Amino acid sequence: MARRLLLSLALAFATTISAIAAPVDRPLIIGMRLEPPHLDPTAGAAAAIDEVLYANVFEGLTRIDAEGHVVPGLATDWEFGDDGLSLTLTLRDGVTFHDGKPFNADVAKFSLDRARAPGAENAQPQLFAAIESVAAPDPTTLVIHLSRPDADLPYSLAWGDAVMVHPDSAETNKQTPVGTGPFRFERWRRGDRIVLVRNDDYWGEAAKLPRVEFAFVGDPTVALAALMAGDINAFPSFGAPETLPVIAADPRFTVKSGTTEGETIMAINSRRPPLDQLAVRQALARAVDRQALVDGAMYGTATPIGAPMPPHDPAYIDLTGVNAYDPASAKALLAEAGVENLKLTLSLPPTSYARRSGEIIASELREVGIDVTLEPVEWAEWLSRIFRGKDYDLTIVAHTEPSDIGIYGRPDYYFHVDDPRLTEILDALDVETDPAARIELLQEAQRRIADNAVNVFLFQLPKSGVWDARLVGMWENSPIQANDVTGVYWSK
Amino acid sequence: MRLWIGGGATAFLAGLALIAAWWTPYPVGTIAIAERFQPPSAEHLLGTDHYGRDIVSMLMAGASTSLGVAALAVAIGVAFGVPLGLLAASGGRWVDAVVMRSADLAFAFPALIVAVILTTLLGASAMNAAIAVGIFNVPVFARLAAAGGRRVLALDFIDAARLSGKGRARIALEHVAPNIAPVVLTQAATQFAIAILAEAGLSYVGLGAQPPTVSWGRMLNEAQTMIAIAPQLAVWPGLAIVAAVLAITTFAEGLRARLDPRFARAVVVD
Repeated sequence: MARRLLLSLALAFATTISAIAAPVDRPLIIGMRLEPPHLDPTAGAAAAIDEVLYANVFEGLTRIDAEGHVVPGLATDWEFGDDGLSLTLTLRDGVTFHDGKPFNADVAKFSLDRARAPGAENAQPQLFAAIESVAAPDPTTLVIHLSRPDADLPYSLAWGDAVMVHPDSAETNKQTPVGTGPFRFERWRRGDRIVLVRNDDYWGEAAKLPRVEFAFVGDPTVALAALMAGDINAFPSFGAPETLPVIAADPRFTVKSGTTEGETIMAINSRRPPLDQLAVRQALARAVDRQALVDGAMYGTATPIGAPMPPHDPAYIDLTGVNAYDPASAKALLAEAGVENLKLTLSLPPTSYARRSGEIIASELREVGIDVTLEPVEWAEWLSRIFRGKDYDLTIVAHTEPSDIGIYGRPDYYFHVDDPRLTEILDALDVETDPAARIELLQEAQRRIADNAVNVFLFQLPKSGVWDARLVGMWENSPIQANDVTGVYWSK
Repeated sequence: MRLWIGGGATAFLAGLALIAAWWTPYPVGTIAIAERFQPPSAEHLLGTDHYGRDIVSMLMAGASTSLGVAALAVAIGVAFGVPLGLLAASGGRWVDAVVMRSADLAFAFPALIVAVILTTLLGASAMNAAIAVGIFNVPVFARLAAAGGRRVLALDFIDAARLSGKGRARIALEHVAPNIAPVVLTQAATQFAIAILAEAGLSYVGLGAQPPTVSWGRMLNEAQTMIAIAPQLAVWPGLAIVAAVLAITTFAEGLRARLDPRFARAVVVD
């Protein structure tokens, strides 16, 4: 008896010591709303890919930190040439990929050349548009030659679409990603979760978490139950805003309301008659009551928008008045355009903001005489049929890339904007470096997009983060689509 | 007594469901966010839901979906199950073995699994939920018809019919079917109650009715995250499901007491 007591005392003492000495070695399970279609950030537009892999598994030459600043990644510093037509980067020495292969300037050159090659699968070709050639004079020096000045290049290089990949693993990254980050990929149970484990050979400060799991939970009811039961420790973006006050009142959890770069839109396929008519698109926009969506779908946690620009951006202008809610005028516009008995299908990906907004919008469109069929689609189907196949009438989605107004200058993009003047403005924006002139161009673009009712702009997606109160280092905002957990740890 | 109480409640429910197919006090397809979460009042007897829809109207429309799905599911079970059962009873040893072992095999798949497979192949909808529950019902009725059929076939008047030159098919149709009808009817009422529960369950997990189709199961699902701000949203559809299942089960019990030969006098002969 006495011996057992002594033993347990010793044990208790030992655990106390270790608790002080080492961080808590507990895995982190993160809940996400959507599952990535594959695991190569350089070959897909789905935000979920970056939300699992960015900074955790894959690293770029530069990276974006929690505040949205560009900070060193695999390049320690960089400098523009005097004419602004070249960027010289100094690369980190001694970096290896998870399979042991070394990272050097040749690998960096390969990564950039692969990403910007004509016909590449990369979802953001505009990031590399100014690059003329890439040279690797020595293993730790990379020189990027530009065809025109591009002050944003260090920022562009920080995107998930510009991360460093090795020639030997580039083609298989979709299934088994091999990067240089502090976590290595362990396994992907499709439909359920992706597991990352700590990379003990990391070049920098090792991650504090031994393992990170990304579990996919679309249904807000299931998400709430999993959180309450402790099956999932954190939802960087929680799908049931009506429950936030309840969760906030529970001392076990932290609730943070941050910003995202996600403009939630009802995209219009303007190549499908009669959606090619401005009056019909305006009618759609005026039939939608944004405030009803903000209240009814988001429980007041979102901000209405009138153009594809986040309200916290310096170039933002409030254009919610351009096609404000006015069902009578929507009806009149439809009558004027001679459109009767309009039947449209509204496709809804499995996020709760899309499903809920869709139900409300369907009811609102019926009020102005548009017969809407709701079509729930799985995320993989949305990406292949709607986003890439462009086969849809209307769909609701949030575009979470930062500074992504450029997509409105791409006529082949899935909403088919065909506005040469707009493309001109956005092309001018690509080469403009003067901040004041940039803001002017951005505002002109916003006005033009709102006036043309390219899409129905609904609200800025909030980042309603919910996580275990013992977690430290979770991102409060989403300046880039990522769940960077490299600095996250358990306080107890 | 049970027959009358259960029958009355079932008829009331069916009446509401029928009315709701054409008319509800308020339209259930119209969302009015400004009017959401209203407490019970003269205009809205049970208040409004999270989209500002009248809860009484929603419950009526839900009854329509529930009873419609259950009716289709039972119809599928009877239409395929009873002929299969009769075939097994009158078709000889080998036919009997094949049909009954297939029924056992089908029994091994619960309605939920069938529904998951079906919705993966065809997409989720109230119709596919009905088909899934219907498939689950086929072996139930096949077994019932086979067991009842064998019992009837062993009776003397069947020999008389055979001697008068009637074939197996005619005997099954003219003599066996009418005699097992009461048992089938009783079982149909029981399966109807089960089908209502199954539809609610499937819709609750998202495999049944899809928006804008109103369903009690979906109402329950949507109410779940709002339990802290509007608990009544979960109470009403829950009560509706309980009431419906209770009414139909009571009716089925009453029917059984009245019609089932095991409870009543001897087999009716024609």
